[in-house]
Parts: sequence; C-alpha cells; structure tokens
Amino acid sequence: MLKVENLNVHYGVIHAIEDVSIEVNDGEIVTLIGANGAGKTTILHTITGLKKATSGSVTWDDTNLLAEEPSKIITHGVAHVPEGRHVFVDMTVRENLEMGAYMYGRKDKDKVIERMDHVFERFPRLKERQNQLAGTFSGGEQQMLAVGRALMSDPKIILMDEPSMGLSPLLVQEIFDIIKEVNKQGITVLLVEQNAKMALKVANRAYVLETGKIKLSGDAKELLNNDDVRKAYLGA
Amino acid sequence: MAKFIQSLANGLNLGSIYALTALGYTMVYGIIRMINFAHGDFIMVGGFTLFYLIPVMLKMGLPAWFAVFVAIIVCVFVGVMTEQIAYKPVRGQGSTTALITALGMSLVLENGALVLFGSAPRNVPPMFNLPAVAIGSVTIPGTTILTLVIGIVMMLLLTLFIKYTKLGRAMRAVPEDKIASTLVGINVNKIITITFAIGSGLAAVASMMYTTSYVSIKNELGITLGLKAFVAAVLGGIGSVPGAMIGGLLLGIIEIMVKVYMLPGTYEAVTYLILILVLLVRPSGLMGKKVNEKV
Repeated sequence: MLKVENLNVHYGVIHAIEDVSIEVNDGEIVTLIGANGAGKTTILHTITGLKKATSGSVTWDDTNLLAEEPSKIITHGVAHVPEGRHVFVDMTVRENLEMGAYMYGRKDKDKVIERMDHVFERFPRLKERQNQLAGTFSGGEQQMLAVGRALMSDPKIILMDEPSMGLSPLLVQEIFDIIKEVNKQGITVLLVEQNAKMALKVANRAYVLETGKIKLSGDAKELLNNDDVRKAYLGA
Repeated sequence: MAKFIQSLANGLNLGSIYALTALGYTMVYGIIRMINFAHGDFIMVGGFTLFYLIPVMLKMGLPAWFAVFVAIIVCVFVGVMTEQIAYKPVRGQGSTTALITALGMSLVLENGALVLFGSAPRNVPPMFNLPAVAIGSVTIPGTTILTLVIGIVMMLLLTLFIKYTKLGRAMRAVPEDKIASTLVGINVNKIITITFAIGSGLAAVASMMYTTSYVSIKNELGITLGLKAFVAAVLGGIGSVPGAMIGGLLLGIIEIMVKVYMLPGTYEAVTYLILILVLLVRPSGLMGKKVNEKV
C-alpha cells in the first residue's frame, strides 16, 4: 500500500503541494485528476524522489520512500512512467528495455530474459522493431515502450503520468486498455491524467487536485457523475 | 619525399599525444556535457608524479614505467576531488557556470603546482628504451609507435566499454535523460564520478606518453596541451571517442606540416584558425552527430 500523508512541496517560495494525503491500496487503480499546474506531476515526482518534499511522508508498504536514494526507489517495486515518455531516443528498443532491467545484477540474467519475453508477448510490435532506435518511434509507440520499460523491473506499483497526452483517440483507448490489463495482472496503478473522463472510467477511486490541494476524493464512478466534477473537468 | 614521410611520422607522434589527451576531454564531455578545462592540468599532475616517482621505482629495483600506476592513482584522486569539490556544487546551474568553474580549477592546479614545484622546467627520466624503426631513410622513434598503439588500444577499450558493459550503457543513458536514468535505478552522481575517474586515469596515461616524447615538464604544460587537445576534440566531434583519436592525429600532422612547409612560427595560429573554422562551418566536428536542442 502506498500512503502519502500531509505532503508539502515547495518550488522556491511557491507552495506547490499543500497537505496532500493519498492512499493507494494493493490492486487498485487510483487516479489523480486536475487542471494543468494543479501539482499532479509534482506529487509523482516526490514519490519517486525526483523532487524533494518540504514535509510529510510517503510510505510504500513499510518503506519510507522520502528517505530513499532516488535511484533505489525502483528496487522496492515502484516504477514510474514519466510525463513525456522519457525513452532513451538514441538507444534501440531492446536497449531501452534492458535499461528498464538495470537494477538486476549479473546473476539475475534469467529474470531479465523472462521479463523481456513477457514484455514482447504483450507488445509484439516492440519485438518486431527491437533493433530500431526509440527516437524514430511515434508518440504512441514510445508510450508503449515506456510502459514496457517500466514492466521490465517487475514492479508492484506503476505511477503513470499523462500516458494519453498527445495521442490520437484510437491510441488513447489502446493505452487505457493497457492500463487495465497491467492492473489485472496484479499491478497497482496510480494514474495522473488530464483526460479525466477516461481516467475516471478505468479507476476504482479518484482524487481531484486543485492548486496543490485535494478538493474531492472518492469512488471514481461517483465522481464521474458528480456535477462539480462534470462542470470543471469533463466539460459537460 | 623522405622529408615528407619523416614529417608525417613526427606529426603522428605529436598527434597521438593530442589524441590521448582529447580522449579524456571527449569522454567527460560525452557523458556530462561539460568541457573540463582542467583536464590538461591533470596531465601536468601526472607528469610531476612521474618525475618524482621514477627514481623511487628504480631505487626499488622496479621498471621505471611502474610509476605510471601511481600516476594513475594520483590523477584519479585529483580528478575525483576536483569533481566533488568544484564541479558538483555548481551542477545544474548552467553550462557557463560549469565552464568558468573548470577554467578556475585549471588556474588553481597550475598555480598550486607553481607553489609546490616552482617554475623551473624539470626533465622526466626516460621510462622506455625502445629502438627506432628505420624505413629507408626515414626513422620513426619507438615512442611514436608506442604512443600510437596505446592511443588506439585506449580508444578501442573505451568504445567497447561504453557500448557493451552495463556501466557503459548507464554512461550513455545519463546524458540522454537524467530523469529516466534515475527512474530505472541509475545513480547519476555515481556515474559522473566514475566518468571523471576514467577521464583522469586517461590523463595519467597521456602524461606518460607526453613525458616520454618531450621529457621536459613544467607547471604550465597543462594549459597549452589542454587547449590543443580541446581543438582536436572539437575537430573530431566532441563527445565522439573515435573522433578524438582522428582529430588528435590530424591536428598533430597539420601542425608539423605547417612548421616544416610553411612559416614555422604560425602553426599555433593555424591550430586556432581550425577551431574557429570548425565551429563556424561544422560545429559537430568530423565524427560528431548533430545535436538537436530540445524545445
């Protein structure tokens, strides 16, 4: 279980995250929705150590993630697919996936092969084009590669930041199908999305973030029918 | 004809020293995107280490070139300390800050050596006794061949290391994307420190070849050699390991040819003219790839 408690984050004098508390139970899909600049990405960055918190706590099972060296977070089963995919554009697809398994040592060779097979099975297109440079991929393909790379570490939870950004409606549907499928395999998902409608449809629970504070939270289907949410985020 | 071939051999000798030095520049630039102007001064540090340690080695009954291993340790230590004390605190504050810090470190090392060792040139005792190779009327000194071979071996080892080892792959990942690197479990600071350690170790090897060919060292040797090697690295394409090798050899040959066939006093002007031309016409150099600025 991922537990964020009374989290505060500053950028200089700007109080970006104010007393945010979030819980993600094992096996859930939880989504964090809100307008641009509400602080969604900052929360994910703080969880995986890319941004330092001012106060508060982030615990994953029994580990205090805020005290961890950022590069060690992944060894606790916490993978993060960042906004804008961040694939290694000058590396091949295969090399990108191997980077996803960076945390494994020499003796875990079999594990890496097993993970690679697993990812290739789910994304046959990555297998077909494993020797192609990731930089030549389209946005949708890069997103799949970014998810594939995260799966290489055999994570227990995946934090996904705007996976549907900049994709065509068809690909958006595909990405959300992938999220559902990943979750069915037992991986917990914390999803940050601007596409609130799609996010609320796949999620179990949701938090609505407004200028750094949690405004609303609850069952995702209920929020989907909440008038305030509909007006503010669903354009209806 | 014999004069030309002799000049070519001399050019290769000078060029292979530039190439070894440029390897260190390009290695650090390729991974950290920073021009380490103190790299030449690491070579000076290596030179003085050799000067003081070769007699010790001989006294202990060891071959003189064993001193190189100590020089590697000293250079790695100085390089890593430079990175930790001077470069790390200003990381992330822009490339101009990093550049000025590197220039500052270069002056610190150069003047530190002045205080410690004085300004008089010292002669480093010979480490190798290699026979010259005579081809017709042309003689190629053994050290030229050794320097070339060491340069090529270093280039190949570095290329294979970066391409095929896990650490090498992490070294390619870090300059591409620090966020993604951290998220997959790479300790970015550790990789940068290791890069400096390797670059400084290369400086020690370069100092061995420099002192073998030119014997005399003084505290200022790093500045000139460093600037030349910087030109070589830019000519070859900064960040490219084979580029550093080719740029170094080319620059050495050009300098000697200008000395022999044109006005001898102008060769340094030609060197810096090359730098200006490369930056104007093809800033990515001979082997470098174009870098697109991310928007």
